[in-house]
Amino acid sequence: MIDEIGHFALVLALCVAALQSSLPLLGAARREPALVALARPAALAQFLFVATAFFALMHAYAVSDFSLVNVAANSSSTKPLLYKLTGVWSNHEGSMLLWVFILALFGAAVALFGRNLPPTLRARVLSVQAMIGVGFLLFILLTSNPFLRLVPAPLDGNGLNPILEDRGLAFHPPCLYLGYVGFSISFCFAIAALIEGRVDPAWARWVRPWTLAAWCALTIGIAMGSWWSYYTLGWGGWWYWDPVENASFMPWLIGTALLHSAIVVEKRDALKTWTILLAIVTFSLSLIGTFLVRSGVLTSVHAFASDPMRGVFILLLIGIATGGALLLFAVRAPSLQGGGLFAPISREGGLLLNNLLLSAAAATVLLGTLYPLFLDVVAHKKVSVGPPFFNSTFVPIMIPLLIAMAVGPLLAWKRGDLLAALQRLKLAFLLMAAAAVVTLAIMGVRSLGAACGLGLAAWLLAATITEWVERMRLFSEPLGSSFRRALRLPRAAWGMTFAHAGMAVVVAGITGSSAWTVERIENVQPGQSVDIAGYTVALDGVHEVQASDHTALRADMRLLRDGHQIAAMHPEKRFYPVENGTQTDVAIRTNLVSDVYAVIGDADGKGGYVLRLYYNPLVPWIWLGAAAMALGGLVSLSDRRHRVGAPARRARLAAAAQPAE
Amino acid sequence: MRRWLFVLPVVLFGLLTAGFYVGLYTDANVLPSALIDEPAPQFDLPPLPGEARGFSTADLKGHVSLVNAFASWCLPCREEHAVLNALARTKRVPIYGIDYKDKEPAISAWLKELGNPYDRIGADSGRVGIDWGVYGVPETFIVDRSGRIRYKHVGPLTQDDVERKILPLVAKLDK
Repeated sequence: MIDEIGHFALVLALCVAALQSSLPLLGAARREPALVALARPAALAQFLFVATAFFALMHAYAVSDFSLVNVAANSSSTKPLLYKLTGVWSNHEGSMLLWVFILALFGAAVALFGRNLPPTLRARVLSVQAMIGVGFLLFILLTSNPFLRLVPAPLDGNGLNPILEDRGLAFHPPCLYLGYVGFSISFCFAIAALIEGRVDPAWARWVRPWTLAAWCALTIGIAMGSWWSYYTLGWGGWWYWDPVENASFMPWLIGTALLHSAIVVEKRDALKTWTILLAIVTFSLSLIGTFLVRSGVLTSVHAFASDPMRGVFILLLIGIATGGALLLFAVRAPSLQGGGLFAPISREGGLLLNNLLLSAAAATVLLGTLYPLFLDVVAHKKVSVGPPFFNSTFVPIMIPLLIAMAVGPLLAWKRGDLLAALQRLKLAFLLMAAAAVVTLAIMGVRSLGAACGLGLAAWLLAATITEWVERMRLFSEPLGSSFRRALRLPRAAWGMTFAHAGMAVVVAGITGSSAWTVERIENVQPGQSVDIAGYTVALDGVHEVQASDHTALRADMRLLRDGHQIAAMHPEKRFYPVENGTQTDVAIRTNLVSDVYAVIGDADGKGGYVLRLYYNPLVPWIWLGAAAMALGGLVSLSDRRHRVGAPARRARLAAAAQPAE
Repeated sequence: MRRWLFVLPVVLFGLLTAGFYVGLYTDANVLPSALIDEPAPQFDLPPLPGEARGFSTADLKGHVSLVNAFASWCLPCREEHAVLNALARTKRVPIYGIDYKDKEPAISAWLKELGNPYDRIGADSGRVGIDWGVYGVPETFIVDRSGRIRYKHVGPLTQDDVERKILPLVAKLDK
């Protein structure tokens, strides 16, 4: 019964979305306030219906209702409740519903929190958003319906892929989707602006919080995914440049560029068409990211074993959304009023450089990801593009970006003084040199690349802190006065400091892990021990343990340093009988500067086990830094200028809300 | 003025979409081999322990043959084994095995458990597999009378593959 309600609610959501995508748009064009006003209640109703459907499916998973094909195929009655619930988005149909749920959630948020938006702009934004909703609701109902029944219902389900049974991964898709789908709002704002033929600082101020929110979620989502692959896949690595990762990374890069170019629109009324284009491209890359790669269209139509129609349908949807948006851009963007000229050496010049470098980086990743596909299509050749390509193209683009990131915030708007900025960075120069020299002295000349990496990280961190210290006039004024200044700093400034400092920490983490990781693979008998990077790992014994849905081989290990025990480690190798799959459970001991990472492998049949041990220096900083970046975004999001005092846009728009006479 | 700059994104996207569309109908599982229509590599593999005959290039001359790279540690090979057993019973084509990076006693136990469809098996430490361009086991090759590789199949053979691809090709090459 609840399943039928869910199914029916989905159909109702489609009907509401169809109205929402047409009437308010018509109303905004014809200046009919009644139709314009329809957008808000429609967005709320659409959310209500999609939420009903979503929770109906969640209910079916919670009570293990195997009369639904989807539940029977992706869950089993022995799962812990948490993984039953997260099983909802472990599969194609359920994750589509989650996607649409988040889309409707953002629509409702714009309806509720967009009170300061001019009604016509809000109506257009919500209409465009409902168009996306219509497309994907149709897609779900026609090709990927999670509410299909299975007769007769089986006694138990097929279970969840054990690799997905993990707390980190359980919440990785929702975060990633919040990011991807959040960019749909920036996209809708861009389309609405193109329809209105008007982009101004007020528009940039309205679109910025939504972009920031999406960016934060995407940052967290990517970091979680990378962390997950680090602690579950058991190879000690955290990034593989595989198409799925790249697909989430490209919208992040362009989204970051968008975040910065919107500042230029807000402050200087320039870079307008570029910002619009970035907003369109960010969401388009998100679409490509979610659907083409994740659903396997990139690899082949055979990934859609059940229904090849899905691939064509998705491609058609992306074609309409992105193609339509870019066509509108080609027609309308040239007539947008550009802002004034600006000097290359200025804050906006720095932000433009940031945009160019980030776009180049995203283009590199796009090329590396799609090149194999296109070579196959055009020349029927198979190639694979791996980490060497990305390391040799992506890294050189990041180096000038990191250098510029440090200088940019110290330049003034309109006309900056590069020499003065560099003089203020004397300390940062010194610290950069010191970091590089110390690295070379300790690790030897062969660590030249790593010395550059740590030097850059020190440079960026020192420059970011310098900028922050100068803003508060720390050391140049009494402490109390600096403290008051700090309190009065806009939250956006705090956000930038956190995010840029976080980036420096990430760079240090990446450098450390790629330069100095130590790996040891040994066949070890219980009672023996292995030395790695100054630590000793003693294997005391291996025994079997039983859990509700798996059995495991569990190792008892002690981590020792200079003969003293630091920690107990218990890596496991799990076997899941329902799914007939195995899964490693890595043991990691971290001191927040480096990790010792242990994996237990197969028994050699003579009482010994293959142990894989890694010493990963600075790796924890990658996620600490990413967390700081996301925190910076959230702090910036709480800036009061996003909540109050958004400049009112008068005349035309206000008039539109009045009766047309 | 610079209007074409504004049209550029939509044109690029059109090309991208066209590529995706064609890509949708390209089977990514078909791996071409640089060795197709080339002579099989020169090799001489030792027999498995306890067996008399190994497997070498000379065994491929004068008749159409099927060469299967497999290993006891490979799960899809286990799945494929029944298909090879059935093919062996038809006696349509000799089946030669390259036992890829395997260990005793695992391989002997494996053959004892599942049956042995192979006319000859060579034990390969990995070098010969590289010469054949083995990408991952199982892989299957059809070699013609003159010792040239004519077909390569990646992944486990199914009964369907045997009936639709392998047997028709063997019949054609046998003429």
